[in-house]
This record gives sequence, C-alpha cells and structure tokens, in this order.
Amino acid sequence: MAATEFWSEGEPVVDKAAPDGPVETRWDRRKFSAKLVNPANRRKLTVIIVGTGLAGGSAAATLAEAGYHVKSYCYQDSPRRAHSIAAQGGINAAKNYRNDGDSVYRLFYDTVKGGDFRARESNVYRLAQVSVNIIDQCVAQGVPFAREYGGLLDNRSFGGTQVSRTFYARGQTGQQLLLGAYQALERQIGLGNVEMNARHEMLELIIVDGKARGIVVRDMVTGEISTEFADAVVLASGGYGNVFFLSTNAKGCNVTASWRAHRKGALFANPCYTQIHPTCIPESGSHQSKLTLMSESLRNDGRVWVPKAQKDTRKASDIPEDERDYYLERIYPSFGNLVPRDIASRAAKNVCDEGRGVGPGGLGVYLDFADAISRLGRKAVEAKYGNLFEMYERITGEDPYEQPMRIYPAVHYTMGGLWVDYDLQSTVPGLFVVGEANFSDHGANRLGASALMQGLADGYFVLPNTISNYLASGPFPKVTETDAPVVEARKQVEDRIEKFLSIDGDRTVDSFHRELGHIMWEYCGMERTEEGLTKAIGLIRALKEEFWTRVKVPGKGEELNQNLEKAGRVADFIELGELMCIDALHRRESCGGHFRGESQTPDGEALRHDDEFSYAAAWEYFGADGKPTLHKEDLNFEYVHPSTRSYK
Amino acid sequence: MDIKVRVWRQSGPSAGGKMVAYDVKGISPDASFLEMIDVLNETLILDGDDPIAFDHDCREGICGACSMVINGVAHGPEKATTTCQLHMRKFKDGDVIDVEPWRAAAFPVIKDLIVDRSAFDQIIQAGGYISAPTGTAPDAHATPVPKKDADLAFEAATCIGCGACVAACPNGSSMLFTAAKISHLGLMPQGQPERDSRVIDMLQAQDDAGFGGCTNAGECTMVCPKGIPLSLIGRLNSDYRKAITKR
Ligand SMILES: Cc1cc2nc3c(=O)[nH]c(=O)nc-3n(C[C@H](O)[C@H](O)[C@H](O)COP(=O)(O)OP(=O)(O)OC[C@H]3O[C@@H](n4cnc5c(N)ncnc54)[C@H](O)[C@@H]3O)c2cc1C
Ligand code: SF4
Ligand code: FES
Repeated sequence: MAATEFWSEGEPVVDKAAPDGPVETRWDRRKFSAKLVNPANRRKLTVIIVGTGLAGGSAAATLAEAGYHVKSYCYQDSPRRAHSIAAQGGINAAKNYRNDGDSVYRLFYDTVKGGDFRARESNVYRLAQVSVNIIDQCVAQGVPFAREYGGLLDNRSFGGTQVSRTFYARGQTGQQLLLGAYQALERQIGLGNVEMNARHEMLELIIVDGKARGIVVRDMVTGEISTEFADAVVLASGGYGNVFFLSTNAKGCNVTASWRAHRKGALFANPCYTQIHPTCIPESGSHQSKLTLMSESLRNDGRVWVPKAQKDTRKASDIPEDERDYYLERIYPSFGNLVPRDIASRAAKNVCDEGRGVGPGGLGVYLDFADAISRLGRKAVEAKYGNLFEMYERITGEDPYEQPMRIYPAVHYTMGGLWVDYDLQSTVPGLFVVGEANFSDHGANRLGASALMQGLADGYFVLPNTISNYLASGPFPKVTETDAPVVEARKQVEDRIEKFLSIDGDRTVDSFHRELGHIMWEYCGMERTEEGLTKAIGLIRALKEEFWTRVKVPGKGEELNQNLEKAGRVADFIELGELMCIDALHRRESCGGHFRGESQTPDGEALRHDDEFSYAAAWEYFGADGKPTLHKEDLNFEYVHPSTRSYK
Repeated sequence: MDIKVRVWRQSGPSAGGKMVAYDVKGISPDASFLEMIDVLNETLILDGDDPIAFDHDCREGICGACSMVINGVAHGPEKATTTCQLHMRKFKDGDVIDVEPWRAAAFPVIKDLIVDRSAFDQIIQAGGYISAPTGTAPDAHATPVPKKDADLAFEAATCIGCGACVAACPNGSSMLFTAAKISHLGLMPQGQPERDSRVIDMLQAQDDAGFGGCTNAGECTMVCPKGIPLSLIGRLNSDYRKAITKR
C-alpha cells in the first residue's frame, strides 16, 4: 500500500553494523572489528541501563564485571521482580545434549522459519550461536536446572519442535534464570560497580549533540524528578503487551521508556507483531485485571476440543465422544494439539466465533487431560503438571483432574520494538536496546523458549561486545544540568505530570486503559482487517482526546502516587496503540502473529506476500506532515529460503 | 458478595497511621483479593479520596511484590498462596476483613500497605551469589549434579523474596529467607568455594539490616507461599557452625 492519509513513506533504513560474508563467521568478525576500550579507561565510562530483567540484569552485571561504571533502574522495589521472573516453560539452546540432530544451524533455521521469514538472518544465527554459552553461564551461577538421574541436564521438546533443546527448571525457568542474573548484579552492587535505583521510573531520554546521554527519572517514593547522565544509555524495559490492558504481562509492564525514546527519534519497528498465547485462563468478569498463562507444555498431554453443536451448555462430562470436535487434531493431523501458538490461538477464536465456545460468554475451549490420566495414571500427570493444576484450581475454583480446563488465547509477547542494528544500537547514537524491548530476532512470531534465550544472549554476550565499539570513542564531553536539552527534557516531564494532575476529570486512568484494551483486542488482535483497523484508529484518536480532557489523577506529584505512574503509561499506550493499528493496516499480508482477514488461503490459512512485504517496517514518530513515516529495512534470505509454514 | 474491609492507611513514612473501614459491594467471588482492592480504589478515586497504595506486579504468585497481612495472617488464610493468588471465594458474604502492611523493624512502611524491603537485597549483596563472571564458565556438563541435590536446591531457590516470613516472625527475623538462599547455593557444586564466607557474611548482613534473631518459632514456614521448610534453617545453622570453626 502506498503512503496514505495515515502515514507517509521515507528513505529505507539500512543496518550498517551487520557484516556480510558467511553467516557462520559474521559474529566473530564483528567482534574482531569492534574497537576495544582499555581496561584502565572503562571506569571513566558510565552506562545507564533501564530495566533489570534477564536482558538488563545480565547486561548490568556483565558491563560492571568488565569495569564500566553502571547505573541501573527498575520500577519495582527490587531488581529481582522484573517480569522475566514469570516465565515458566524454558530456554532453548543448541547444545545437542540429546544427540537428536540439533545444531546451531538447526536452531537458526527453526527460528527464521518460525518467525515467518520476517527476521534478519545475521541476528538469528548469532542468537543460536551464543545460546550454548548461556547455559554454561547459568549453570556456573548455580541455576538449578532440571536434571536426570545421572546428574546431567534434562531437556524437553517445546512448542512443537522436533528436537529436545529446551532447558528448564520445573515451571519456573524465568525465575531461576533471573535470580542468577540478579545475584550477579547484586554482587556488583555490593562491590560498588553498579549504582542501583529501584522504584525509579524513566520518563524521558536526554539527547545531547545527537547522542543519547542520559535520562530523566522520577523517584517513585518521593516523587523527586532527577536527570541522570552517562556515556551511553541501554533500554531493557521489556515488552508492551499491556497495551491490550489484559495480558499475561505484569501490571507494571509498559512502553514508556521505549516510547519516550521513539518520540525523540528512535525508530519503532513492526509494532503490530504481537504474540497471542493459546493457553491462558479465560476472563471471569469485569473485575479482571490480568490474564494468567498456563504453560504450553500442557498441550503435550492435553487434548483441545469444543462441542460439535453450537451453544451446547451441557457439562463437559455429559457430552459424548462423538459430539466433541477435537478441532486441532482434525484440521492439523500431523501436528495436532502441538501446532504453533498463532495457529492454535486463531483456531480457538474461530470455533468460539462459530458459537461453539465453552464457559462464561462462550469464550473458552477445553483442554482435556482425561485421556492422559487414564493412559499414564493420575500420579504421573500430577508429577508433570501438578503445580499448574493447582494454580488453575486456585484461580478458577475448578478441579482440572475432574473436569477439563477451560482456556482461551491472551496477549503474551510483543515481537515489535525499537529498531536496532546488528550492534543492538537504535537510530539514536549511543542508545542501545536489548531484550523484549527491541525488535531484533523473532520476526513476525516468536518460538516458545526463545525470549529467555534472546534476553540473556543480548545482555551477557552481545551488548557487552558491541557497546565497547561505541564507548571506545568516549568519554564524551561532560553534560550538565544546565545544558539546554537537559533543561528541556526535565521540563517535558514536569509539564506532563502537572498536566495529568490538573485535568481533574471524571474518569479513572484504568477506565481508559480498559477501553483502549477493548479496541486493540477487537480490531488489532487475532484477526485484523482494513475496515476494523481504520475504525480502531478513529476510536483511539477519540479516546486520546477524551483522556486528555477527562482523566482524573488523584494526589500530588511529590509523593508515592500509583495513579500518576499509571497515567503516564496509559498516555503512551494510547499513542502506541494508534501506531500498532497503522502498522497492521499497512501490512496487507498475513505473517506470524499478524493475521489479515483479507490475506488468507481458500482454506483459511495465513497468506504471506514476500514480493511486497519482505521487510521490517521501522516507523519514525512524526513525518513532516504530522503522520508517522515508514522506513523499510529489506530482508534478504541467503540461507533459509522463504517457504510456506504448513502444519497440516 | 458484600464485604467490609478495614485497611491500614498511612500517608507517608513518618506519618501516623490508622485502620479505616470501607464497604465493598457486589464483588464477584471469582475476583482476586487485589481485584477487590482495585474495585474499591476506583470508587475512592471518583469520590475524591486517596486510593489505597499497595505493592503488586505479576499477580500470579511469582514476583514477590504483593504483601498484605489479611486478618492477621501474612498473605491471608489460604495455605501456600500469595496475596495476589487469593480469591474472594475464600471469604463469605458479610465478612469484615482486616488488611495491614508487613510489620517488621527492617521493613519500614512507606505508604499504606507498601513497605521498604531493600534489606533483603542487602543480604543477597553480602554473599547470596556464586562468583562466576560472564564468559568464564566451563561447559554446562563439566560437573554433573546429583538429581537429588539439584531438586532440593531448586525447592530452596523457589523463594520469591516476599518477606512474609519476616512479617509473621515474632522477632522479625529473616532467617527463612536467608536459609533458602544458603541452601540453594550450598547444595550446588558450583557453590562450594564460597560456602563458608557466604553464610558468615549473609548472617552479618541480616543483623546489620535490623532483622531479629531466630528462636525457632516456626511461624515463617506456616505463611511462606512457597512452602520453604523450616529444616533449611537447620542446614544454615550447621553450615554456620562449620564455617566458624574453620576460621
Ligand atoms: C507469563 C509469561 C511466561 C513466559 N514464559 C516464557 C518461557 O517459558 N520461555 C521464554 O523464552 N519466554 C517466556 N516469556 C517471555 C519472556 O519472559 C520475556 O520476553 C522476557 O523475560 C523479557 O525480558 P526483558 O529483560 O526484556 O524484560 P522484563 O523482564 O520485562 O524487564 C523489564 C525491566 O524494565 C524495567 N522497566 C520497564 N519500564 C521502565 C521504566 N519506564 N523505568 C524504569 N524501569 C523500567 C522493569 O522494572 C524491569 O526491570 C514469558 C512471558 C510471560 C509474560
Ligand atoms: S522464605 Fe517464603 S515467605 Fe520468606 S521471602 Fe521466601 S517465599 Fe517469602
Ligand atoms: S503480585 Fe507478584 S507475587 Fe503477588
């Protein structure tokens, strides 16, 4: 689609940091060509890192170990509570400990294909390469991965891959990996190499002479606004799934750090690529504040079904076998219940749209363990999934050993994020972005157990090498409180807070957030159409107007004020929501997590258009005409040739 | 269902606080305890009152942020359950529910139900880690770990750092939290080189941070949402004795 009333098109964006030549040696060559910083000079260089999840925590610890001075920020009361803590299933690595034919190349291949050919080959290859180092590093830190009786690490197959390359720690892999990074970080804090600022929220980026040189933060306890300076700034602030209000993200997850940087010139890539996870606990009512993921591993033994008849209100146990539709097994006989997430989610939506959903509002499908229990015995099922079953019972009050679980898709992960080059540097020099906050490695769809891998790859192994190339030309000229861009950034923050507090309207921040979530879910969720997206853009613009005239934020700025925090986040989500719809509108193809109703095969499968859309869409905040400007980064596939994903 | 909550309100660290009662009407039994507070806060805001401040984030029992003493019990009445995972169906229509912050010398109140738990981070800084700078690791299979040890280490490592153990302890002791970390790292072969200094330094740090001493009251493990067993404190004590005698 050419530029329209909603956007304009600018020059292509080019990744200048990526080496060419054989993919296997690109990372080695990049490391070799990167400038190094003399150890004696490192202490004179300061790096700000926003975020203490797997990406930010591991980066802060590693850069401090290398001798840099690090200033670290998170909005929680402790770096250990970053949302990486909630990851359940596992982390991929091409160790081939199972001798089942896995290799760096196979993980690379699976990830490019899984991303529906919308990721960069160079990045993905590097990710697969360093995956093996991650496991070594975590084991050295004492991460208690699951082990076999012989004492070696256990692996499982995850998300339908044909090899067993997923390392895990029961259903708490993210927690254990994050505690490893957190402990390494605390060690550096104790040694005085990292200055940790918990309960501090970044509200603005400071750019001086075209380079990222600092941030404006608010102390969330006292409300004090301060400006913090550094030679480089790293954003590790996580994903933006909370734009949908209901998601599996933590309540505080937000886009503010990224969005503030975007407004100051950092391009935002592929915002519409969102992952909707098929196995979450359905909503129970209007009080619902978040959705809980049930690990994907459940699909290894559970069978997904709905009644064949519409509006069948009988109890699950009263519906005879021949009146049930095990629709995944029926439509996708070779992968069955293990089809990838996007496919399982859309199939659930389709059967519910047909009026065959179960539970309140007909928004649910069954995940049934009856066969597994009779085949393996209750004990074996309990050993595998006991903690998940308990969690389900605690939330729903229903016993999944007696009646099938009810599940429904929910927003889970965002593949889009700030555009970065091969060095993980954004379009603002000196601003680096790692983890879920960047757009780098997953293309249009992320495979299970690959986000933990990417966060730790970025933080432990990639960024520490690439940022040195940038820092080698520092220390940069001193920045002070009185420099014009610093004064201006601080004023932007203060004015915005002032504005929130002065509107004194009649609607709460949460009511706006919920409404935004409804719009996004309805029109920019599992299926998107030109008509729906155009409508959504109008609705979001109207919502934005209303927000800035009717929101009510109680209290003061100079105190702990959770509604003021939320107001800032929701204001940014509203702007992001609009950009997501514009991005989804412009991409008139279906790929990965992005399904356009107009672009499907006769039997309803996603239809990609490689001729037109084989690029990453990087958006600039405002073009000259007030519309976001699209910059395309062409994607070339030299190794893994684009093919149609088929799971039938 | 209709209930009444009596909530600790305190405007700041140095302000006095008091219990304030609120009626909450028409709450679904399927709502979580925190969702009930959300609903109450929405009405408080529209009525021009200050909403109740409380810590929370993941709302799925893993981040350790949520922290309310409910009817006198840290994390409330349901066993092995964090505040965020507690649901209103555990209460009855007409119930009066008291909600207070963690109370302990080392966890000063910041506002309403929010306390400062940074003392836990200080304990970890003192030695709750294995020194393994990035890039120095041997192959992950270089050192097999007996499954029994790995499983036990994992159990200990599931501590979410919520601080309920401290809030429940009559002495405000952090012994269960510290013992969980000592046990996790002490059970792994990688944790052996620093095993002695770790226990000495972490115990010193918990004293310095103002936590009380352990008198084996056992209240901690009763409220621990992750079921960290009291036996780990025994393990810590034995590690400590060994470390001290070697000195
Ligand atoms: C329920 C769930 C289960 C998952 N399971 C898996 C799995 O099994 N395998 C897998 O590979 N992936 C999984 N994922 C995805 C994966 O956990 C995340 O993508 C990954 O952990 C993100 O890490 P991160 O470091 O980028 O961000 P996060 O861990 O989200 O950290 C963000 C950090 O940024 C800080 N921050 C944010 N904004 C600001 C601001 N404005 N100012 C200051 N600080 C800020 C936060 O305080 C936090 O410290 C799961 C995700 C969820 C939600
Ligand atoms: S030991 Fe239990 S109660 Fe104490 S901090 Fe850890 S999880 Fe919380
Ligand atoms: S909010 Fe995370 S454990 Fe309760």
